[in-house]
Parts: sequence; structure tokens; C-alpha cells
Amino acid sequence: MSDLTRRSAAELAGALADGDVSAAEVTQAHLERIAAVDDTVHAFLHVDGDGALATARDVDARRSAGERLGPLAGVPVAVKDVLTTTGMPTTCGSRILDGWVPPYDATLVTRLKQADLVLLGKTNMDEFAMGSSTENSAFGPTRNPWDPTRIPGGSGGGSSAALAAFEAPLAIGTDTGGSIRQPAAVTGTVGVKPTYGGVSRYGLVAFSSSLDQAGPAARTVLDTALLHQVIAGHDPRDSTSIDAAVPDVVAAARAGAEPDGVRGLRIGVVRELGGEGYQPGVQARFADAVAQLVERGADVVELSCPSFTYALPAYYLIAPSECSSNLARFDGMRYGLRVDDDGDLSAEQVMGRTRGSGFGAEVKRRIMIGTYALSSGYYDAYYGQAQKVRTLISRDVALAFEHVDVLVSPTTPTTAFPLGERVDDPLAMYKADLCTIPANLAGIAAGSFPCGLADEDGLPVGFHVMAPAMADDRLYRVGAALEAAQSEKYGGPLSAIVPDLVRA
Amino acid sequence: MSAITPDEVAHLARLARLDLADDELAHLAGQLDVILTAVAEVADVAAADVPPTSHPLPLVNVTRPDEVGDCLTPSEALAMAPAAEDDRFRVPRILDEEA
Repeated sequence: MSDLTRRSAAELAGALADGDVSAAEVTQAHLERIAAVDDTVHAFLHVDGDGALATARDVDARRSAGERLGPLAGVPVAVKDVLTTTGMPTTCGSRILDGWVPPYDATLVTRLKQADLVLLGKTNMDEFAMGSSTENSAFGPTRNPWDPTRIPGGSGGGSSAALAAFEAPLAIGTDTGGSIRQPAAVTGTVGVKPTYGGVSRYGLVAFSSSLDQAGPAARTVLDTALLHQVIAGHDPRDSTSIDAAVPDVVAAARAGAEPDGVRGLRIGVVRELGGEGYQPGVQARFADAVAQLVERGADVVELSCPSFTYALPAYYLIAPSECSSNLARFDGMRYGLRVDDDGDLSAEQVMGRTRGSGFGAEVKRRIMIGTYALSSGYYDAYYGQAQKVRTLISRDVALAFEHVDVLVSPTTPTTAFPLGERVDDPLAMYKADLCTIPANLAGIAAGSFPCGLADEDGLPVGFHVMAPAMADDRLYRVGAALEAAQSEKYGGPLSAIVPDLVRA
Repeated sequence: MSAITPDEVAHLARLARLDLADDELAHLAGQLDVILTAVAEVADVAAADVPPTSHPLPLVNVTRPDEVGDCLTPSEALAMAPAAEDDRFRVPRILDEEA
């Protein structure tokens, strides 16, 4: 039954509803796949085999008793280890939370459970979601299933790798500057950052609260939309949650796949997100994808968002500033690590030692940058200016959406880079998020969709789509059109041709 | 131009409650200097008349009826504490010895 792991979530859901297969069989197949490949991939920090099988059997029992279940009931899902889960550890990839089992579920997790999805476990990530390669995890890096010597993207590299390695058909990510979309791009999978406020942040361990957004990931556009539908919507426990109807992303994913799915759609290619510094194979596949959308009836124009050039520096002031404040809660007093509490040292000394030994290098760098940027005397020049740049970026975006329905660019300037290449070169690492950051700063919806393989290295390239706030459905319309065009070339979603890790 | 000196880095580490070894401080000082120099270009763009944006959405005050809801029990709240005593978090001494 190993072929169950190759199926899409929509196919599995259909087979489950028809009684062709049981949720226990689907879950068992994925657990066996994890056992076979995760020593190589290291996508998971925790696998809850017993819990997953118990949930699956419960779903099977209720289904056979005639209970009406949700569309994804019995389908497995992997959850990034930054969302709180009762009964499973939540470490955020950090030593400071090693072994922490939260006393409550994130709202997103509650929704997955209420929709009867089967939680397989928690996926690896850069510590506190800070990074673009998953190498900043305190528990070791995740490897890219396309080439295990390369990074799976970050911070959500565990979720993207779990999808590309067929360890799970669905995965949850979080995206502060690109942590859902860049991993999707470099693993040939789909990842969407919903509109800020579209998915509850309750139980999402905060990194940069004005930017953080959880979202869905999968191997196909429709699967991603189905998962989006489950997790999105208003939550009274998150004061920034949008109290409005969720855009019909599933209908958009179906409509976009029709031959005229993007006919008349106005697409803007962002001039600032391309050209110098972009790998030739990335530029070539991006151009192909634009041409495919034109063939399907889209109207394409090039336009300029001049402030996007300053998005990266603004982000690397705003995100560290918010992180230095948010991560103050890790003080060794109420939960998590505490070191050197010998009865002699003071609380303040214990706190400093706990944080000094519990946080990794990148988290320390960002806390220090944030502390600096928020210091009196520097606040106006750094944090204050970055907030003004944020205004300029929002204005650019608003102006652009007066002329086009969506904005597009490559998702990230290069394909997956080798493990270790940028690990001690923060500026090089930060550039992986060049194209994805503006959407976080503006709070708009954005997603990455596979658009083929680069000629020079045979690795996946991502196509980045941005849509106005609460127009998330447009992402799926474009993504599905692209997927349909790509499928003619690759005989299915791009992940259908990922090398087999077991054979390799 | 150097944006930040090693002494400043040590001061920041104290403010941020991060005990760092000397070699860690030295390594960080170089990297922070590079990063801060790179991000300082934000000073070039936005003029004084541009208002700052702190949040992508207009924030509104969200309230709920003042009624007791679900909350953690003491044992749930303390289950993952590094140290607990008498239904409370036990913490190291909070005053300096000379105090």
C-alpha cells in the first residue's frame, strides 16, 4: 500500500469517503514512509505514531457508523513545531523549549482536530522560525528530498521536505518573511501565506507579531486550498484575526485549472524582483510560467514597485525588533530551560545564563539587532525609519493593485543552495527572502507554486504570486492555471518526478 | 564605517539578558556591524512626512464580556515549570546579595 503516500490529499479524501481505503491504512502507510526515509530527510522533530493511528481508527469507526465527516477527515497532516499541541512537544527548533509539552492547542491545531485530520507529528524548523535553510534548528538540519546535500528552505524546511519526500500529503507552515513560500519553492511544492489575520495566531509561538502568519502547504494547488479552508477564519482569541468570510479558495483552485481559468486576469510582473542576482534557470522558468499564463488568456504587464528595494533592510530591523521583545518571555522562570539554578545565583544571573546557552547563534544575532534598533538614540534612525519604509511599500502595493489583479515574481533568487554554504553569512542567507518579504510587510496574501526545474542544476523553481488582502482566492486561481500548464510538461504535479529517496 | 563597537555589543548582550562567551561576543560584533551597516540604508528613503506603519491592519480594541472562561488549572500551568513549590513557580532569589 506504499502508493498511498504518492496520492494527493484530495484523492485520499475521495478514497476514504468511498470506503476504498481506511484512515488507519492511509496513516500506517505514511508512518512507514517516515520510518523509511526520515533518517535521511529529518523532516520531523516528533512523530506521534500511536496518537495518529488512534485518531485514524476513531475516524474510521465514526465513518462506518454513518457520521457525516469533513472533506479531509482521515487525511494525515504534519504541523510545524512552532504551533502549540497538547500531547506533543513544541520546541520551535530551540534548546530553550526542548521537551516542552504545551498545556493548550493552537486554534489552528484545534481546527485540524475538529476537521478530523490525522496529526502525524511536528516538523523541523529554523530556531523560532528565524532562517531560510532549517540549518538553524537546534536539533540538526532537514535535507532537501531533491538532493540531500542541499537545504529544504526555511524556516519551514521540515514541512516542505515532508511533502516532497511523501511523508505527508498536507503540512502547516508559518511565514514571517517567506518561511512557507521559499521552502515550497526549493522543494517543488505549494505553499501559501494567507492575508495577515486570515488564520489565527493563537498558539503560534510569536517571532514578529505584526508579520507572522500561519498557512497551508501541499504538493498540489487544490490540496493547499482544501487545507486553507480548514484552518482559516475568525478567532476571538486572536485580536488581529479578521472577522470576515474566508475567500472561497477551493472553488478558485478548481476554476483556475479550467482552460480559461485566468482569461482576462491582469498580472503584473514586478520589475524590482528579477534581473541581476537571480540565477539564470530561475529567470528562465519564471519567464516560461508567465508565457504559459499568457497562453491561457492572462494579460501581463511589467510594473514597478520602487520601495521593494528597501523591503529587506526594513524587514531586518522590524522583525528583530519585535523578536527581541517577544523572546523576552523565555526567561527560564515558568517553562522551558533553566540552567545553573544553584541556590546562589540570582534570578537575573540564571536568566542570562539560560538564554545564553538556550538560544542559538541566529536567534542571538536577531535579539541583539532588535535590542540595538529599539535603543534610545538609535530608535528613530533604525526602527522608526523601517516603519516608514513599511508605509511606502504598502503604498506601492496599493497603487499596483489599482492596475493589476495579482503581482508575480520568482519566489526566491536561486534554487536550493548547498547545506553549510550560508550558515555563517547572515546577509547571504537573508537574501533568500528578497521577493517574499514585501507581502509580509504589507499584510497581503501570497503563495509559491512550482514552475519547473532550472536547467543548470535540475532543481525546482518557485513562481511567486501576490494578491490584495482578503483576495487569497486569486493566488489559487493563478496557481491552478500554472499547475495545469506544468502538468502537460511533467505528467503531473512537479513532485511526481522527485527522485526516490529509498532507491537513492 | 563601523556601526557598532565590541563594547557596545557587550552592553547590548547585558540589556538582552544574554550571557555570551568572549569569543561569541567578538564573532557577533563583526556580524552585527555588517548587518547594521546593510540595513542602515532605510535612513535614505523615507522622508519626514511619511507616517510610520507598525501593523498591516488598522488595529482595533477587541473586548469580550467580563465573564469567567476556561483557564488552566494550577497543576496544568505548573506542569512544565523548571521548579515549583506550593502551587507556585519557584524562582531563584530576585534581590542582589548586598540588598
